Amino acid sequence: MSLLNDNTWRVKVGLAEMLKGGVIMDVTTAQQAEIAEKAGACAVMALERVPADIRKEGGVARMAAPKIIREIMSAVSIPVMAKVRIGHFAEAQVLEALEVDFIDESEVLTPADEEHHVWKHGFKVPFVCGARNLGEALRRIAEGAAMMRTKGEAGSGNIVEAVRHMRAIVDEMKRLTTLNQEQLVHEAKNLGAPLDLVEYVAQHGKLPVPNFSAGGVATPADASLVMQLGAEAVFVGSGIFKSSDPAVRARAIVKATTHFKDPKAVLEASEELGEAMRGIDVRQLDEKELLQTRGW
Amino acid sequence: MKVGVLAVQGDFEAHRAMLGSLAVDSAEVRAVADLDGLDAIVLPGGESTTQLKFLQEEGLFHPLRKFALDGGAIFGTCAGAILLATEVLNPVQDSLALMDITVLRNGYGRQLSSEVRFGHCSFKPAPLEMVFIRAPIIQRVGPGLEVLAEDAGRPVLVRQGRLLAATFHPELTGDSTVYSFFLGLIGERVQA
Repeated sequence: MSLLNDNTWRVKVGLAEMLKGGVIMDVTTAQQAEIAEKAGACAVMALERVPADIRKEGGVARMAAPKIIREIMSAVSIPVMAKVRIGHFAEAQVLEALEVDFIDESEVLTPADEEHHVWKHGFKVPFVCGARNLGEALRRIAEGAAMMRTKGEAGSGNIVEAVRHMRAIVDEMKRLTTLNQEQLVHEAKNLGAPLDLVEYVAQHGKLPVPNFSAGGVATPADASLVMQLGAEAVFVGSGIFKSSDPAVRARAIVKATTHFKDPKAVLEASEELGEAMRGIDVRQLDEKELLQTRGW
Repeated sequence: MKVGVLAVQGDFEAHRAMLGSLAVDSAEVRAVADLDGLDAIVLPGGESTTQLKFLQEEGLFHPLRKFALDGGAIFGTCAGAILLATEVLNPVQDSLALMDITVLRNGYGRQLSSEVRFGHCSFKPAPLEMVFIRAPIIQRVGPGLEVLAEDAGRPVLVRQGRLLAATFHPELTGDSTVYSFFLGLIGERVQA
């Protein structure tokens, strides 16, 4: 893969590497960002409304106001990410001018382009994108995403979709490692993904960028679950600031992510927590209410 | 020889891959018991605030200090270098305070200032490739410490006895020069 010799690409993926094993938390104010940093978040995601509120209130969800993002950037010393609408490269240009550390081209916001995602190689700031399966992940990486995350179902407080997407990606990667060259060409066609990326996965058994989990994590055990299934770090959106005890819950999820293999530590992290966010049975949602089907 | 890699958060897997490529046994360190039988410890890159909080809350802070004070070798890269410093600025934060250096967090700025550069290294004839990611700057180096590499006139690799601090990420390159140098420091202790 020729990208591996590209120094801009290397420092983008390098920052993603630094976030491994950590928790990236959605925040809407500088005060929430401080709570997240104190709890041990390895980065924060600045946004105007958390996914659960976007879901509830409806309307068009856009990039957060620069003022909010700027306040969050000056409140904490950890990396600050922010979201743009799928395909909205002008919002991405604004975030790059603002010097955020990572851009999330996110299905949580209302898509700006139903056919094209942002050409992310055109930016110096690294991007993270969501995926439901391996083909989607490799298409985003081909466009320049330096980190992948499962889409899950944001704002649902329900881990089922994040589990489905993580298992799908991991299983498909495992399968590629058993195929020979002519089968890989066929698989590239089936996946709708570039052959060189398919070959990379076949050789290494993993994506060429870190693979994180997002979309439904609400408890320490949820974090442990997705980490055990192969996630390399965890995004928590509504799960923290929609719970009754954000600071305690944030800390507990950070602990469970580090100690994901140690049930006693996850138990300890789960003790004395208040009420988790209420959550939604994803099967009760209409197709048009799903966020994960945005983008391709 | 067995090297422990602090696996709280950060690029600990990249460090283990580098050690593996040099045929060195490594183990993840998340608890005090994991320190048993280690010849050296690596503090990886990542978020120093996240790592520090963990060390302080989960009892690893003092055992790590003791490991170094008893003569154990420790190599810190980026966040790891921040943890080793006696003084941390921007903002002020606690640290293991083992190496007499002052470190400025995010010294170059935000991610847009992250870069791959080449600089002079005292134990490598050719320029050394250095990957800087939201890197700290070593603002002050105490007397008696050895500056082993520089970038644009700034110290980026510093040694104090068996402690080694890099503001860049040798684990993210194919070049094992800095790692081999560190493994040499461990060897000195075994012979002594």
